[in-house]
Amino acid sequence: MALTGLYARRRRRNGIILTLSLVATFIGLGWLGLILGTLIWESFRSVSLQVFTEMTPPPGSAGGLLNPIVGSLIMTVLGVVIGTPLGILAGTYMAEYGRYSPVTKVVRFINDILLSAPSIIIGLFIYEVVVAPMGHFSGLAGSLALSVLVIPVVVRTTEDMLMLVPKELREASTALGMPRAKMIWDVCYRAARAGMITGVLLAIARVSGETAPLLFTALNNQFFSTNLNAPMSSLPAVIFQFALSPYADWQRLAWVGAMIITFAVLALSILARTLIAQRKQS
Amino acid sequence: MQADRGRAVADLVLTDTSTSSHQAWVSRAKALSRLQISDKAFFQLTRGAAIFVLVLLGAIIVSLIIGAVPALQKFGFGFLVSERWNPVTENFGALAPIYGTVVTSLIAMIIAVPLGLLITLFLTEICPTWLRSPIGIAIELLAGIPSIIYGIWGLFVFAPFLQRTLQPFLISVFGEIPVLSTLFAGPPYGIGVLTSGLILAIMVLPFITSISRDVFEAVPPMLKEAAYGLGFTTWEVVRYVVLPYARVGVIGGVMLGLGRALGETMAVTFVIGNAHKVSSSLLAPGTTISATIANEFTEAVGDIYTSSLIALGLLLFCITFIVLAIARYMLMRIERRIG
Repeated sequence: MALTGLYARRRRRNGIILTLSLVATFIGLGWLGLILGTLIWESFRSVSLQVFTEMTPPPGSAGGLLNPIVGSLIMTVLGVVIGTPLGILAGTYMAEYGRYSPVTKVVRFINDILLSAPSIIIGLFIYEVVVAPMGHFSGLAGSLALSVLVIPVVVRTTEDMLMLVPKELREASTALGMPRAKMIWDVCYRAARAGMITGVLLAIARVSGETAPLLFTALNNQFFSTNLNAPMSSLPAVIFQFALSPYADWQRLAWVGAMIITFAVLALSILARTLIAQRKQS
Repeated sequence: MQADRGRAVADLVLTDTSTSSHQAWVSRAKALSRLQISDKAFFQLTRGAAIFVLVLLGAIIVSLIIGAVPALQKFGFGFLVSERWNPVTENFGALAPIYGTVVTSLIAMIIAVPLGLLITLFLTEICPTWLRSPIGIAIELLAGIPSIIYGIWGLFVFAPFLQRTLQPFLISVFGEIPVLSTLFAGPPYGIGVLTSGLILAIMVLPFITSISRDVFEAVPPMLKEAAYGLGFTTWEVVRYVVLPYARVGVIGGVMLGLGRALGETMAVTFVIGNAHKVSSSLLAPGTTISATIANEFTEAVGDIYTSSLIALGLLLFCITFIVLAIARYMLMRIERRIG
């Protein structure tokens, strides 16, 4: 009887924990649904074509988000264009040339730290080395801040993906007399291409929602501007400003901006995931 | 395509040897030296880029230290323990932001760690195989949502909700109990330390889940099967076999999440209320290091004010650096074990 009592207790405890785990999963999924649901609900009430064709309005009048959308695109593209080559080259060194060297170990560790370092610190850093010497905020500084965030993501995925390239491919091309640089360009990069593109997509997804590093590098701009040497508007910065304002139409625009960013970022990360999944199957 | 390129190199050599031998030798030597140069150049380029990553981190640290020197010289060690934050008299102390950062992160971890482990338990032990990957991806999408979205959602939806429901409930329940009544004292503002902690919990949840999922799945199935064979229940297998085996990795994941929570800026800035004071109540508004910087940096006038904010940044960087270094060390250990 005692034994069955103990067994019943163990079964009961097991049941409780398993139920709790089910509940926890529902909480996690529910939260995702709640956030996405609110975003869609709040923004579809006020989304219109105006959003994409007009400038940010002064409080109390109608307007759109054209200048922050363009600003965000410019800074993200420039940040990725600056950061990606550096990241790919560094990742190449770690996977191809210095796979077992102590330098690689240190760089890998430092890169992992950079990968999860608070982005506001990067903003402070760029402020110190770019904005302060130049004397004014600029779109260029914002792009540089974003590129510092891009580099570690690209380094990480490039290294991982090059590590997955079978060594037989390298041996075969070396046996054909290919110089090492040519082998890396024409064999390894080709074999790892899908994974490296995934890395870049993830990097874009990461930086396009970043606000903190832009606040005191690119600042914000009420007007349309593509001048990299002047303050530049960006979607996250505008959301920050408009959401905390007391004006209802500004808050509505903030919701619309939030939806644009979220769905752009989620689409990018889902695209990146399917690329990885395809790779695993093949 | 790869075969084509390979043949191109071979063709080069073949066509060269088919001309007169002297010419061939010369052009071959030229081609080789050209290849050698490009090879060396590419090597130096990649190595330079790798070194650049090191220099970048060094530059970040140095620039923060240089920026922080004026404030640290003026306030000395007192900067860390003073609660004053007065831009008018230029008197600054970091105690309130430090306190806010630690408390919000602590709340986040207290909620996110059990929740994350339970979700992992569900995903690895109970969930039907075909559902695993969709649910796993959905949870990880939580990490993909930009932090400003958590901020705007927290401010307009979550904080008013808490103000109406959870906070009055906490005040009425714990109002009579001696210690807890100070923790849950005061009017329900909606925004505040507790709200920030809860939002941070959702944000770090995917980090903890995805890493513990990886290490849970790396536990050798033989160990688990042996335990099931002895009559363990699912919970007992997880508690006595999986968790001890995966412990180091789980701790690594938790530290990684903690690093995120400590440095998270935008979500917290929206909902913490920006009050520079150390308050014993979790319902009161407070501030964190990152929220202070985000809110005040562009408005900071005067060298000491700016420098104090940069000193806060340096402090945050040191804290997260230590936490992330521990996380990486733990994860490296488990990777070595898994091989």
